[in-house]
Amino acid sequence: MLRFITSRIERALLALGRLGVLFADLGRGLRDVETWPRLTLVQMRRIGVDSLPIALFISIFTGIVLALQASYTFTGAVPLYFVGSAVGKSIMLELGPVLTGLALAGRVGANIAAELGTMRVTEQVDALETLAYDPTSYLVVPRVLAATMMFPVVVAVAVAAGVGAGLVAAVNLLELSTVEFVHGLRLFYQFKDVWFGLLKSTSFGFAIALIGCAWGLGVRQGAEQVGRATTKAVVVSAQMILVLDAFWALLLL
Amino acid sequence: MIAFREVHKAFGPKRVLEGFTLDIPDGETTVIVGHSGAGKSVALKLIVGLLDPDHGSVEVDGQVVHALERDQLMALRARIGFVFQFAALFDSMTVAENLAMGLRRRGVGDGEIVDRSTEALEVVGLAGSEERYPAELSGGMRKRVGIARAIVLRPRYILYDEPTTGLDPVTAAVMDQLMVRTREVYGVTSVVVTHDMRSAYTVGDRIAMLYRGQVRQVGSVDAIRRSHDAVVRQFVEGRPEGADDAERALGGTR
Repeated sequence: MLRFITSRIERALLALGRLGVLFADLGRGLRDVETWPRLTLVQMRRIGVDSLPIALFISIFTGIVLALQASYTFTGAVPLYFVGSAVGKSIMLELGPVLTGLALAGRVGANIAAELGTMRVTEQVDALETLAYDPTSYLVVPRVLAATMMFPVVVAVAVAAGVGAGLVAAVNLLELSTVEFVHGLRLFYQFKDVWFGLLKSTSFGFAIALIGCAWGLGVRQGAEQVGRATTKAVVVSAQMILVLDAFWALLLL
Repeated sequence: MIAFREVHKAFGPKRVLEGFTLDIPDGETTVIVGHSGAGKSVALKLIVGLLDPDHGSVEVDGQVVHALERDQLMALRARIGFVFQFAALFDSMTVAENLAMGLRRRGVGDGEIVDRSTEALEVVGLAGSEERYPAELSGGMRKRVGIARAIVLRPRYILYDEPTTGLDPVTAAVMDQLMVRTREVYGVTSVVVTHDMRSAYTVGDRIAMLYRGQVRQVGSVDAIRRSHDAVVRQFVEGRPEGADDAERALGGTR
């Protein structure tokens, strides 16, 4: 049992060390401005634009369910226009960023880890180095920058869609008008609700991309290791999202 | 010149190189032969700084590779072409884009990239393959694109990692001709790592046998062919008896 615990702690420290080294390398990679800007644009499309369908799917259904559940909870005790408040606050502060982040940890984190892991085992990363490219500036910086910049954009669209879906559900399925829903939505609204959610999603994007890169480049040999690294990258990313979520709540709320 | 000086390299408990010392003279093709897992590919990776030695040093043009700053290492790599065992082509890019990668890094203009890529593909017999993806090529063609990607840079040195492994005899012979031609056309210094003795005799000016982490014998092709060393003879003749048998015949102790 003790050996199991110490080995888990050792692995966790090794993982933290790997992330720390890659984080430090980012500074070096960023200085190579001839390499990463064009590649970052490509990654912004792959990580950001291509993630919109899954983010919209999740947020629309979340908005609908939130409206219905809030109405069910409030019935007879709280005025129904508070459905707007519940939907808005929940999606902007928590569910929009976190659910989208968890979904993108699977889509983006797995994609990055599998792609870089495969490049590692097929010696494409070594080939990059022999052609005098720095793998950090060619592979890591574009993905980390793209995810950091595009996650808040994706989450913003997802939040808007989620609130919109909640409004449509409230108007069509509950006895609530658009004016009442918007009244409830504005009742407790603060600008902080928006920037807090977007700030969180920025940190989620950074963490997911960095973890995907670290685990992908950490592969040494074989398809099996690529599979394991991919799974591990998704699990660690999901855990990191929850840790960061708690961190920002403690720090800013 | 490339020089290995008392190089030691281990991966965990497995000691791969143990006092490996070898000079690679300019303008020649030096072939490093040895059993699978003897550390031949490790030696190549030490030259370009993909690995660092545990002890000893590798010098290229008088520079100690593992002591170079990153910028200096990049400049050194710009003088070296590396042909990987399985080509290591970028699979999301076309052949033309693969060839352009190294040239772009060196600031070569678009027009010259096209001219030099066309020429390199002609040299390796793959003219017209510019728009094909690696997945559309056979193993032999991929290796030839790997050579084209190296020679398009017009490097001072080319390192070949097992260039004929996994190829049929005819394609392997084509690869040998290509390595000889590359040396004749571009006058590069080459290091070829292989366990294919037919290939070693064809392309090499000198052959070094790597055995148990050290150079067992180094000499001209004829010297290796006529070697009286039991371990070298066993390897070049491809006899199935274990290396230890030959070692014991010499009174070896390991």
